[in-house]
Amino acid sequence: MFWICAALVLLAPALVLTEFKPWMLFEPNALKATRHFLGDFFPPKIEGEFLLMVARECWRTVAIATAGMTLALLIAIPLTLISTSALSISALPGRMHAMPFVVRQATRWLLILLRSVPELVWALVFVRVVGLGPTAGVLAIALTYSGMLGKVYGEILESDESHATNTLLRNGAGRLQAFCYGLLPQSAAELTSYTVYRWECAIRSSAVLGFVGAGGLGQQMDNSMKMFQGAEVATMLIVFMLLVGLADYASAWLRRVLA
Amino acid sequence: MSGASAKPPVTAANEIYRLPPKIFDARCAACWFMLALAALTVASFWTLDLQWAKFLSADAARRMGRFLGELLSPAANPAFLWKLTVASVETIAMSALGTLLAAIAGLALALPASRTHAADPARWRIPTRLILNGLRSIPELVWAALLIIAAGLGPFAGTLALALHTTGVLGRLFAEAIENAPPGPAFALRVQGVPAGRVFLYSTLAQILPQLLSYTLYRWENNIRAAAILGVVGGGGLGAMLAFHMGLFHMNETSTVLMAMMLLVALVDFTSYLSRRLLQR
Repeated sequence: MFWICAALVLLAPALVLTEFKPWMLFEPNALKATRHFLGDFFPPKIEGEFLLMVARECWRTVAIATAGMTLALLIAIPLTLISTSALSISALPGRMHAMPFVVRQATRWLLILLRSVPELVWALVFVRVVGLGPTAGVLAIALTYSGMLGKVYGEILESDESHATNTLLRNGAGRLQAFCYGLLPQSAAELTSYTVYRWECAIRSSAVLGFVGAGGLGQQMDNSMKMFQGAEVATMLIVFMLLVGLADYASAWLRRVLA
Repeated sequence: MSGASAKPPVTAANEIYRLPPKIFDARCAACWFMLALAALTVASFWTLDLQWAKFLSADAARRMGRFLGELLSPAANPAFLWKLTVASVETIAMSALGTLLAAIAGLALALPASRTHAADPARWRIPTRLILNGLRSIPELVWAALLIIAAGLGPFAGTLALALHTTGVLGRLFAEAIENAPPGPAFALRVQGVPAGRVFLYSTLAQILPQLLSYTLYRWENNIRAAAILGVVGGGGLGAMLAFHMGLFHMNETSTVLMAMMLLVALVDFTSYLSRRLLQR
């Protein structure tokens, strides 16, 4: 009894705040619009020209994700190398010196900052600056994903066995040499598998970024929805689910092969 | 060394002279993979009409500079801050309610989607899993854009969108948890002739409840982040304010909304980190 009362007290404001009115769904007006829109879903539109456009937008979605990931890697790899404390020479005998410590912490904060702004918000900002089109999507994915990749790469490298790296560094190897011959061979599989997983996520999010005008499948879907073209939306939803499923499958296969 | 003398002499590691592997070998899968990857990357940059010239031009730099400059002077009048607080609480309420609905619907769908014991025919397993996959593969934002037609602009559409996507995710995780639960107690009840519903309630559910709870909390954390941006397509919460003020070029207000968003995400991250640390003790 007490728990039911407590739940009601907690839930009531949430229900009010979210304007939770399920009966709104069944009002005649809303019902008519929904039925009209959903009725249009079947049959999905399968004209040659339209399908060609959908295929082109699909490729653009994948291309935005791939280009974004490439740029993200270009940003993330140097930042990871800077922020990894396993590669610190001054930390070998004991404590890290003040200056390298500050630089490493600053790089970590930069990664957190990049990661904490959702890619959709970056996309909104870049659409303002460079106009509608895939450039905004590529930049948005590049910035957010560089933060995520940088953080997780750092964690993977730190969690590795540091014995080989330490020995290399103690014997006078450079940081880059210690990374290539000490850290990288141990963690290459894990790093690759995480990158492939992120690429899959990037495809999903690049389809969504289109809704704010960053190109790809999402933009066409948004256009069709605004014009209540149910048949076009149905086709694109099916294609979108296929694309996501395919990316999911490809990524799972790649990770299994690479592991 | 007296014992070692009896053994055959150890052969040197580099006795057999071998050339280093070739850079490219037609049988090397990794080479083909790298080639394909390079081709995909080049093709991506090639086919997208990326406007680097425009992005790197002095004009864009000036606009970006002005944009950032305006962002540095956030609006902080009390009336606006109050609106912002309401929107933040609305975002959290959306995510909480969406996750709660999804947990209930997810559990309801996970039951037919799981095979509880070997003799279970589980006729509904495949169709239910297809439904769950469908729900899961459409992102929250697309659900929100679709639901706006039925539920109108506002937080209700956002809540439903979160609930639908999360139902797909949680339903699948719950079904897997049910299937992976230790079968012993359920079997003991079943051989006594206890009906299936009670077997689930008294053995399986009791065993997997902590796992279900942790999945739900994890999704809630994700959903708070998702709820913050759902408003951009008309789903209410902080995102709606962001889209509104950014659309009208109210840069000072936009800046404050962005900060609130980052603060909310940071707060969620910190709380989750803290509770994990506390629970692991």
